[in-house]
Amino acid sequence: MEILLAILTGLLFAVGVYLILRRSIIKFIIGIIFLSNATNLLVFLSAGLVSGKPVFVPGGEIAMQADPLPQALVLTAIVIGFGIVVFTIALKYKFFKTTGTDDLDQLQQTDK
Amino acid sequence: MNIIAFPIFFPFLLVIVMIMVRSVKLAKCLAIAGSAINIIGILLIFQQVSKNDILVLNMGGWPAPYAITLVADYLSSLMLLVTAIIVFSISVYAYNFIQEDDGNSKFYVFFFSLLMGVNGAFITGDVFNLYVWFEVMLLSSFVLITLGKRKEQLEGGIKYMALNLIASLLFLAGLGLLYGKTGTLNMAHLAQILKDDQQAILINTSAMLFFIAFGIKAAVFPVFFWLPSSYHTANITITSLFAGLLTKVGVYALIRFFTLFFIQDSDFWHTLLLIIAGFTMIIGGMAASAHYETRRILSYHIISQIGYMIMGLGIFTPLAIAGAIYFTVHNMIAKTNTFLIAGVINKMKGTYYLKNIGGLFKESPMLAILFIIPAFALAGIPPLSGFFAKFMLIKAGFEDEHYFVTSVAIFTGILTLYSVIKIWNEAFLKKHPDETKVHDKFKPGFIDILPSIILGLGSIGLGVFAKYFFEITSAAAEQLLNPDFYINNILNTVK
Repeated sequence: MEILLAILTGLLFAVGVYLILRRSIIKFIIGIIFLSNATNLLVFLSAGLVSGKPVFVPGGEIAMQADPLPQALVLTAIVIGFGIVVFTIALKYKFFKTTGTDDLDQLQQTDK
Repeated sequence: MNIIAFPIFFPFLLVIVMIMVRSVKLAKCLAIAGSAINIIGILLIFQQVSKNDILVLNMGGWPAPYAITLVADYLSSLMLLVTAIIVFSISVYAYNFIQEDDGNSKFYVFFFSLLMGVNGAFITGDVFNLYVWFEVMLLSSFVLITLGKRKEQLEGGIKYMALNLIASLLFLAGLGLLYGKTGTLNMAHLAQILKDDQQAILINTSAMLFFIAFGIKAAVFPVFFWLPSSYHTANITITSLFAGLLTKVGVYALIRFFTLFFIQDSDFWHTLLLIIAGFTMIIGGMAASAHYETRRILSYHIISQIGYMIMGLGIFTPLAIAGAIYFTVHNMIAKTNTFLIAGVINKMKGTYYLKNIGGLFKESPMLAILFIIPAFALAGIPPLSGFFAKFMLIKAGFEDEHYFVTSVAIFTGILTLYSVIKIWNEAFLKKHPDETKVHDKFKPGFIDILPSIILGLGSIGLGVFAKYFFEITSAAAEQLLNPDFYINNILNTVK
């Protein structure tokens, strides 16, 4: 199972990197979503998977329990990710309304 | 001990108040009063830290490695204090410079949530908590940089957002790998585990992810491009706030991480830091010399001066770390000040382009004096603060035989002096170009230059009382280079 999830994480990273290298802003944002999900999976996997075991059992063996911390971290990271994606999409919408372009190559005004 | 939570909860309280306040005038006065109280609270923390050397608070009442730990040592409390002073002077400055189209009282909501994020990042002792504070800071800064909704602001906002989001993701990935290897995210606990760790190669993966993430935040050499293309688009009040605080949080995180627990493979890391520092200094300095727009010149200055701080970290002797901290404090004060004065000049002349400005020395000698103080401090002219900061770094560099990077630092000092003198000649000494007309004469009032007076006195004070301040930064450097003190104080505070 861990091998599968590791491959999936790698795949998600690859897709994300490919998308953020595209010229369109909306594809860039989708790429960021992919990367953020890949990162969340990475954090989740980092403590190792324990299948079918509860987190806290009074009197239970410690080695048999799943580590609750990465799950809490991932939960927080997902929420933060949501907030940021919502903001980026709103920014992109506003930008599209004022300039009418989705092409990253047109973004040269502030670098001149 | 509970006073350590003040720098987080007080700005949070102000955020709630600012959401409810409708009257703009009231919001402006409340902001000034609030940031004044913030200074007092942080002075209390600073005084406690200088008495006890370190303050520790475990949130939620759990013992140390499980709780989220808040720690204030010399470095943290020093950064908190400088932040508080800068935030106070900017809230005074905002009184006249934040206009209707900049969102007025909405500005203050995000102003104080940014302060909360910055304070939280300085004071936390937990890696994941640091990530959360970075995100608080990041989201507030996204909103602030796009607040006027002008076209170039949205464009700058997208560029700023893009690289900083990638930095956050790398930070999170590094954090996940670090947790996988050590099973903890408490900084002191990490330091204790990694101290005897021989598997440097395995730790280097996450160290590199952290380095790139903080490097993007701090705008170091290959990844600084977001800064000069976004900072100059926002309202000048917001630009000066960012210039003073944001990149320095990245530098703070680098100093904290690479003195506390990423110390296994020091040959590799210190060489890398010095190479990056050299490039950052020289490229920032050269780009600053090439530009003719005040805000862009100053933005590239930020980058070149980040290089000095990284150089101090790369040399890694007590004097060099103390010099890096000294430089960071000096730079935060002087940099904010130059941006504030650029804003006043813009209000008087209606432009930031040096070609269209002139004759300011005759028009307002007071402004000229206020500009020359931070400008010469940045260039490193004695007896102002920059001289002592650069002197410490360069002395440390020669003592530790890093001749090349130290020469680069000296050369960059000349470039900085050149571009500062360029602003001085063009804006103040040159006659006002005839073809550009100024529509409405704006005379800077006392409240417009009061922030510059406060910060200018700060620059002079850091230079004149350099001995006293050197002792504080040396104490901070000593704490950083002997992490055992930090570790023992946090892990043994189980009550």
